[in-house]
Amino acid sequence: MASSKPAVTFRDVTLGYDRHPAVHHITGDVEAGALLALVGPNGAGKSTLLKGIVGELRPLSGSLKLDSLRKSGIAYLPQQIEIDRLFPISVFDCAAMGLWRKIGAWRGLDRRYRQEVARALATVGLQGLSDRLVGALSGGQFQRVLFARLLLQDAALILLDEPFRAVDTKTVADLIALIGRWHSEGRTVLAALHDIELVRAHFPATLVLAREVVAWGETRKVLTPANLTKSQQLVEAFDEQAGICARDESVRERLPA
Amino acid sequence: MIDAIVNPFVEFSFMRRALVGCLALSLGAPPIGVFLMLRRMSLMGDAMSHAVLPGAAIGYLLFGLSLPAMSLGGFAAGLAVALAAGLVARSTMLREDASLAGFYLVSLALGVLIVSVKGSNIDLLHVLFGTVLALDDAALVLVAAIATVSLIVLAVIYRPLVLECFDPQFLRSASRWSSPTHLIFLMLVVLNLVAGFQALGTLMAVGIMLLPAVTARFWAEDVSGLILVAIGCAVAASFSGLLLSYYANLPTGPSIILLCGVFYLLSMLLGVRGGFIWNLVPRRHLEA
Repeated sequence: MASSKPAVTFRDVTLGYDRHPAVHHITGDVEAGALLALVGPNGAGKSTLLKGIVGELRPLSGSLKLDSLRKSGIAYLPQQIEIDRLFPISVFDCAAMGLWRKIGAWRGLDRRYRQEVARALATVGLQGLSDRLVGALSGGQFQRVLFARLLLQDAALILLDEPFRAVDTKTVADLIALIGRWHSEGRTVLAALHDIELVRAHFPATLVLAREVVAWGETRKVLTPANLTKSQQLVEAFDEQAGICARDESVRERLPA
Repeated sequence: MIDAIVNPFVEFSFMRRALVGCLALSLGAPPIGVFLMLRRMSLMGDAMSHAVLPGAAIGYLLFGLSLPAMSLGGFAAGLAVALAAGLVARSTMLREDASLAGFYLVSLALGVLIVSVKGSNIDLLHVLFGTVLALDDAALVLVAAIATVSLIVLAVIYRPLVLECFDPQFLRSASRWSSPTHLIFLMLVVLNLVAGFQALGTLMAVGIMLLPAVTARFWAEDVSGLILVAIGCAVAASFSGLLLSYYANLPTGPSIILLCGVFYLLSMLLGVRGGFIWNLVPRRHLEA
């Protein structure tokens, strides 16, 4: 699965809402097979960056390229899930949605796929709950179902936006192990996280974000108190009266066309 | 007893036609209602039924009491309102319910205006309340055709539609089905309302779509179960509603819908999933 080309390439990418940038002038490569943590205070643009990669948000300027991944080659766990938890669907069916790329709208679930779903549920520790409705699960259990779905999506690029909100330490440990497994399988994983210690312990690479790149590289070198303080200070409120960003011009001159 | 149930249909062809029409309607509309309910768009059916009115009225004005003209007009008007509302919701800050409310009210006002300027009040009543006992061959074929198309299309888009209801974001990120599924579903809603207004009128058509669906929520657990229960409930209400109207000499459309309502109330009391009475029975909890 690993290739020499970067999985995601940013060239002076600005993403935002209503012309106000949430992150601007991002330039850099996410190596294929990287396990990269996105770190930064609230409002730093972590979710926005992930939305840009998945294609929910089009860049206001710059270019964002994915390494020949088809749209379905990305698995994305958003922070603000639009899921209707009271919808009458079983844990099994919910996880099985992850097979969409293989079964599409019409193909049935044969025995092989059923076993695959059962294995995924067992991997996240939910064996025996497959017939329950998702509405009957606790928050942490439901997060495990979503991870089973990610597992089944079998994607080369996995984007996780604050995957450990309101999840207990046991669950975090289990899910981190799963992320480690994805990494060892050569998949590219990007995760927006706020738990610095967790990042230090498990993520080899980190991108410190504060509406722009503060630091990007090896976690050990990048996660310094100085960088974290800087990112905290850089996140200012949206300025309604903000003028047009002048850096657009200067950066464009420096970049080869 | 059996005679009393069977005789009206054996004796009168208009009762047989009414029964066939209502059964076709009971197959097509309730599954649509189930999805409307699951998408929390239950009241959208009501709004859409009003939106159908001006199209049917224009068809009536141009071609008289012509079934194809009124159906086509109603379908076009309903679809126009649904699409406009969907488009506005996806491209402005208005939510779908607000933009739909805007369009359907305009559409309804237009419909009432057209009918009252050009036609008589009796015509308006006809459009609003339908004539289930006067279904001709063409109307029967139309209702049956719509039920058939609706069930087939629903089968084709079933999986994406369930996903679109449960987790639209996932469907958007994993495939291109999201928008087409939504549009096709809206089309099915309008189609079934058009079928319904022939028999029950625009106002009642929503009843046979939604009442069985909300009734089913008290009995079935998963989506396919909901659909089956809803269809069964609509079939039972159609049959008993026709008999009630025959023996008590009551208008047919409202009788059918009222019986749907009775089933709804009974299910609320007796339903095995969250019915009031079951909640009163103390039951010991399970181990896990």
